[in-house]
Amino acid sequence: MLNYVLSRLLTFIPTFIGVTLISFGFIRALPGDPIVVMAGERGMTPERYAELSAQFGFDRPIFVQFWEYLTGVLQGDLGNSFVTKRPVWDEFFALFPATLELSFCAMIFSIALGIPAGVIAAVNRGKFFDRALMSTALVGYSMPIFWWALLLIIIFSGNLGWTPVSGRISLMYYFPNATGFMLIDSLASGQKGAFASAVQHLILPTIVLGTIPLAVIARQTRSAMLEVLGEDYIRTARAKGLTSGRINGIHALRNALIPVVTVIGLSVGTLLAGAILTETIFSWPGIGKWMVDSIFRRDYPVVQGGLLLIAVMVMVVNLTVDMLYGLINPKIRKR
Amino acid sequence: MSLKYTIAGGLLMAAMGASASAQSLVYCSEGSPEGFDPALYTAGTTFDASSHPIYDHLTEFKVGTTEVLPGLAESWEVSEDGKTVTFNLRKGVKFHSNDQFTPTRDFNADDVIFSFDRQGNDDNPYNQVSGGTWEYYAGMSMPELVESIEKKDDYTVVFNLTRPEAPFLANMAMDFASIVSKEYADAMLEAGTPEMLNQAPIGTGPFTFQAYQKDAVIRYLRNDDYWGDKAKVESLIFAITPDASVRYQKVQAGECHVMAYPNPADVQEMKDNENIVVMEQEGLNVGYLAYNTKVAPFDNPKVRKALNMAIDKQTIIDVVFQGSGQIAKNPIPPTMWSYNQAVEDDAYDPEKAKEMLAAEGVENLDMKIWAMPVQRPYNPNARRMAELMQEDFAKVGVNVEIVSYEWGEYLERSKAEDRDGAVLLGWTGDNGDPDNFLAVLLGCDGVGASNRAQWCNEEFDDLIQKAKILPTQEERAPLYEQAQVVFKDQAPWATIAHSVVHMTMRPEVEGYVVHPLGGHIFNQVGLSQ
Repeated sequence: MLNYVLSRLLTFIPTFIGVTLISFGFIRALPGDPIVVMAGERGMTPERYAELSAQFGFDRPIFVQFWEYLTGVLQGDLGNSFVTKRPVWDEFFALFPATLELSFCAMIFSIALGIPAGVIAAVNRGKFFDRALMSTALVGYSMPIFWWALLLIIIFSGNLGWTPVSGRISLMYYFPNATGFMLIDSLASGQKGAFASAVQHLILPTIVLGTIPLAVIARQTRSAMLEVLGEDYIRTARAKGLTSGRINGIHALRNALIPVVTVIGLSVGTLLAGAILTETIFSWPGIGKWMVDSIFRRDYPVVQGGLLLIAVMVMVVNLTVDMLYGLINPKIRKR
Repeated sequence: MSLKYTIAGGLLMAAMGASASAQSLVYCSEGSPEGFDPALYTAGTTFDASSHPIYDHLTEFKVGTTEVLPGLAESWEVSEDGKTVTFNLRKGVKFHSNDQFTPTRDFNADDVIFSFDRQGNDDNPYNQVSGGTWEYYAGMSMPELVESIEKKDDYTVVFNLTRPEAPFLANMAMDFASIVSKEYADAMLEAGTPEMLNQAPIGTGPFTFQAYQKDAVIRYLRNDDYWGDKAKVESLIFAITPDASVRYQKVQAGECHVMAYPNPADVQEMKDNENIVVMEQEGLNVGYLAYNTKVAPFDNPKVRKALNMAIDKQTIIDVVFQGSGQIAKNPIPPTMWSYNQAVEDDAYDPEKAKEMLAAEGVENLDMKIWAMPVQRPYNPNARRMAELMQEDFAKVGVNVEIVSYEWGEYLERSKAEDRDGAVLLGWTGDNGDPDNFLAVLLGCDGVGASNRAQWCNEEFDDLIQKAKILPTQEERAPLYEQAQVVFKDQAPWATIAHSVVHMTMRPEVEGYVVHPLGGHIFNQVGLSQ
């Protein structure tokens, strides 16, 4: 197992260099000059432009700029945002816990509902339940996040008043953000009702962000289950007289999980993409909106650094998923 | 620390409770500030969160107008030649304090000098702090204008200028001219954390900064030591809410009291909703189509005039602005002093336009219209606007090709003196002075830069140059009024629209005034029971 993990870790190195290069190149490949964008309609004199170019280091050859960026990254320095002038590192870690908390809840939500839904659909193949669940999943998968979020807000916050409209916690509560995870911080604050308020604020964004992964997981579970349910060993298990709960729950599901885990791993990327819209609508202070704003402002250090950190996170998640395969199916571990 | 949080939380709970008196004002703002030192930035969102609640300025704009009032300077004298401005500073003004800093002295001349010196003097230790580029200071030509700043005594500061400049007093009320504490700056420099000046701001304004969480919330408390009229609420909270529809939902649900920038499509519904108050005012901006007056046939004023008459502006207001706009006839907005009411707009008359073009020998004209790729207050949808103009011009036999570039490219390329085509652009005023529109956008100095029409008219330029150095508004206004007449006659632009700014709030909000310069100011806003 150790060798397996080490060999997987080694593949990190070329991927990491590739990501650094792409993130550096990507934002520069977009037309538009950050200095001109900064000046807006007012514009600036050529002298002033040259001065600022020098200040930002744009006057040096591009490979020198890349080399400096790379050496900075290896020393843990991602540079300062052009706009806020603060270190990219600080901004990322101030915002990332919010994204992580929301993504985690959305993931739990989609797994907790998606797998049972897929199993139920597979077991009742062709019957009413199957059709109802799979059509719902198709609708969920095709739902535009923006529209879905506003619909939920208008119904549940606006008309019914059951959930707050947006934000992470009621403005009534004010305590230090020790960890950045509102669920933990609100508990730690000891203020009455703070935790409940944080949970209420999580409900709608979790549903919105979890909807697409939920649909994907449900559909994947169903098709994987159907494949497994047709296998010889399931027939054998049935012939042995095992209860259908035991057959479906243990023999079939465990074997059907491999493709489902793969899909869950891949959903992390989808979650981060969905987080951009979800965070914007629910005023959720995470990295999604931060990245989008930075692209529009051509804030090179933030885009580069943010992409790099997100890529590293996705790489770590993929590694974890690969290791999970080993746990679920010992044959993979031995190969 | 925990006591402070408890007190603040308690205050708020009391404020939001139904029975307690309303003391916390919650404003749903549209985005995060870039920082809290206004001189470092240029965005209105940043100024709303920094310059207005936290800081004061030597002069102040009277809220709701562009009139300049005394601020931290109680009074001022301008010398005979207009090149020396002496400010007499207010005494007994206290700076805020925070965990790292408690002021030992009142505001004085050192703070004024420091606030400007750090922006203009490369040797000032704060010049490079926070990657300072001092965009607004440079943008308002302050480095060329200010020769030196002298301290005559603790409460008298003298600005020596290189030329007489009437708008200078209004510049002093601008956000970049916020007065920061030199004592705090020195203390932070010594502690090795100069960036705190930007992150944990200390000012003299009506609110003290309490806390900020990026993209989530900003908290302020009332400054009970404020020298002027104290704030009406005990705390002010910015709930950062980027989506306009969500802001509206929050106002309806009572999660915030006031919101800015509603969706134009929602405004009518808001007006019909009796639990919502909508205020409106023309923005201090103008959206225009600038011809390139150096390229034939657009070098002929009659051709430009004819094209202006072919544009159906009312349709543009209805379609592009969805009612949140007003037809522009002058290059300055109607809320600005010296706006010339008497000027008559070119009437929409495609038939006459066609005749005029024929009379000038213009037939089968092909032209380009540049459409901006971004949404701006003075033009919410340039592409749509260009398409409407394309249809209008087709009716007079002019064939239009619409072009666009990425925003940075667009700004850069549209400056070229040999530019092919007329460009859609606009301007939002900085200091409420007509010079800030007319000289920047239409003066001879701006050709090849911010003067997108590349228009240099001797008569017009003489008028605005003369007006710039006269000391009083009464003397300056007639010259600007005359300049607007010349402008209309020569038609370097088609003036399209001034946007209308809407503010949406709950009925319990009292005393809010829409500010023509675009800022959202809560210093004198209260809440009824």
